[in-house]
Amino acid sequence: MGFFDKLFKSKEKRINAQKYKLGMSKTRSGVFNNLKILLESSTEITDVLFDELEELFIMADIGVDTVIKFVNHLRDTVEMKELSSPEDLKEIIIEEMFKLYVKDEIVSSNLDIKNDRLNIILFVGVNGAGKTTTIGKVANEYILKGKKVLMVAGDTFRAGAISQLKIWSKRVKADFFSKEEGSDPSSVMFDAIKYAENNDIDIILCDTAGRLQNKVNLMRELGKINKVIARECVGAPHETLLVVDATTGQNGLSQAKIFNEVTNISGVVLTKLDGTAKGGIVLAIKDELDIPIKYVGLGEKIDDLEHFDIEEYIYGMFSGIF
Amino acid sequence: MAFDNLSDRLQMSLRRVTGKGRLTEKDIEEMMREVRLSLLEADVNFKVVKAFTKTVKEQAMGEKILKGLNPGQQVVKIVHDELKNIMGEKAAPLTLNMVGITKIMMVGLQGAGKTTTAGKLAYYLRKNNNLKPLLVALDIYRPAAVEQLKTIGAQLNIDVFEMGIFEKPQTIIKKALDFAVTNGNNLIIADTAGRLHIDESMMQELIDIKDILKPEEVLLNLDAMTGQDAVNVASSFHEQLNVTGAILTKLDGDTRGGAALSLRQVTNIPIKFMGVGEKLDQIEVFHPDRMASRILGMGDVLSLVDKVTENIDEDDMMGLMEKMMSGKYNYNDFLKQIKMLKRMGSLGGIMKLIPGMGKALKGANVDEKQTIYLKAMIQSMTKAERKNPALISRSSSRRRRVASGSGRSVSDVNRLIQSLEQQTQMMKKMGSMDPSKMNSASAMSAMRNTPTKQKKGKGKNRNRFRY
Repeated sequence: MGFFDKLFKSKEKRINAQKYKLGMSKTRSGVFNNLKILLESSTEITDVLFDELEELFIMADIGVDTVIKFVNHLRDTVEMKELSSPEDLKEIIIEEMFKLYVKDEIVSSNLDIKNDRLNIILFVGVNGAGKTTTIGKVANEYILKGKKVLMVAGDTFRAGAISQLKIWSKRVKADFFSKEEGSDPSSVMFDAIKYAENNDIDIILCDTAGRLQNKVNLMRELGKINKVIARECVGAPHETLLVVDATTGQNGLSQAKIFNEVTNISGVVLTKLDGTAKGGIVLAIKDELDIPIKYVGLGEKIDDLEHFDIEEYIYGMFSGIF
Repeated sequence: MAFDNLSDRLQMSLRRVTGKGRLTEKDIEEMMREVRLSLLEADVNFKVVKAFTKTVKEQAMGEKILKGLNPGQQVVKIVHDELKNIMGEKAAPLTLNMVGITKIMMVGLQGAGKTTTAGKLAYYLRKNNNLKPLLVALDIYRPAAVEQLKTIGAQLNIDVFEMGIFEKPQTIIKKALDFAVTNGNNLIIADTAGRLHIDESMMQELIDIKDILKPEEVLLNLDAMTGQDAVNVASSFHEQLNVTGAILTKLDGDTRGGAALSLRQVTNIPIKFMGVGEKLDQIEVFHPDRMASRILGMGDVLSLVDKVTENIDEDDMMGLMEKMMSGKYNYNDFLKQIKMLKRMGSLGGIMKLIPGMGKALKGANVDEKQTIYLKAMIQSMTKAERKNPALISRSSSRRRRVASGSGRSVSDVNRLIQSLEQQTQMMKKMGSMDPSKMNSASAMSAMRNTPTKQKKGKGKNRNRFRY
């Protein structure tokens, strides 16, 4: 009957969701078991209950503004539907959270990869978010699909960054392009595109140096990289993915905002979701900036990267409360 | 979001209080709501926030506040004291062995910044404690992590011990201990692989390494941007490894850094250092009390003073200042001054430490390139011109020559001339100012009109030095 059952009635989905469930088991037991206890121990829907809910969502790192908006919306829905039992709240919470993400649109986690052109994907993010590792995993996905993938070492700043990507390229058998440490990353991109054109490459995955979004000069450098790519290849970069660490708190929103101003972010990759972090900030990023999540990183292994699926994500978070 | 950081938001909520002569209960309620929200937005753990607002409220509601002549100031003080309280009163120093080898172990999640921080810490302890560090590469999992540490070691000219990626970290650390003895190192910094605190086998590896190394310090590297999970991560590492201190990394970002607040409160781990940039000298001792002031927007004057004294010869500084005050300031001095500032590190970084400056600079970015242009122009002048600024300001052909020599435009040169003149004037004015009246507001307005931002900082520094 319920929305929850409808959501997860397909068996296939259930199996897929297992991986999320596994990765996020701590997430559930940490936060949403409290939710379960909270809902079961309450006899009526009161303001205190809403306050507690607010705190639980904040604990999941969902942005403060989004939480306040969401809880207010819950209040309205409860009033409108004249609900009185806390049990009924469960379903409403899940349904509303789903709506919050989807917003009556079709949200796809597929990348804009076409067969008849050179596809360029740019990876950006703060230091230590997991850009290089994500590139390795994405490369693996497309190589298995039979594409010819080129990895470009655009992080010419951090010690060892070039070799790190090179090792990944060997691991997944991708082409690899780099220049010496300290080169201008824009020139690396320029030469890499030429290399790709001469070598029949389908997809270029561009690594960039991690940068904190408040570093004006580094953000300008990124703007230049973006400009050079756009100039050398019409319509590129076809995807610009912001890599966000799941442990990141509210700062994730600031990252998304500022990187989006410079490079036009087309999607988010949420990494390290296999820890205890909730990664709830991605809901705020979607809510406030309408940037969808494309991938979820669930471990260090080569295939520990999943296309984001909001249903599985919610299931992973909430299955513990039923 | 209307307010970009904790300090703005707190200031905003406190301003309402400061403006009034008397506090009502409603005022306090309203203020606490703001404080609560701002702390949550700052990623402070919600349990800490609860305790914090409760304590502050109780104290503010008590008679203490009503008796006072300026209730607003008292609330500021209560909030400030409570922040200090949570973060610990004093900067906790590292335990360093006077004789024998001091051993430090770096631990943390993936991407927290362990390897970079290991390099920074080695550099810092060599510089300030005269130790001979050995960096040990124990991250055999992340591709090229060993190479990264080797590169950092080479950049800093610091010894690195590594055995590639095919030996177990337990074996490597054993060998490293022997190596340190024969190589004469008296500081070992072990860079371990990043791992999840819930990964049992990987945590066991750390326990093994710790048993072999017997470190004086186990330092948890924590990303300053970490959200609510910071507390879980820290308590988990602490439970298993008995962490002796934390290093807060990436604090140069625009993160509100609430993790710093919660960390100590919930886990009792003192924060010992903070990473404030990508360069290898950008590490600073963490001062909890100063951090509290910074959160409240009071600036971090003490940190600034430390930084400046470390890098600048005071005599040099006084000499320059006297010259300025007397109006005999020329381009040679100007150049010297630029070099001094450069040695202190990023201009933007310094500005943020000055009270009120963070706000004044918002939106107006300090362009570090400007200093390069200024230098180029001054270096395109003849010796006589540098000594006697009047030569340049009088002759347009000289100005043209300097412009083409430095690759700048004549109007840039004109601006340089102007700023030299204005600076001289400003300094004269400052010299005659009454120090007791020199609060940040008047100093700021006096300096706001100068053409290049860099001067703001200089004027202010100078002032701090004198009094």
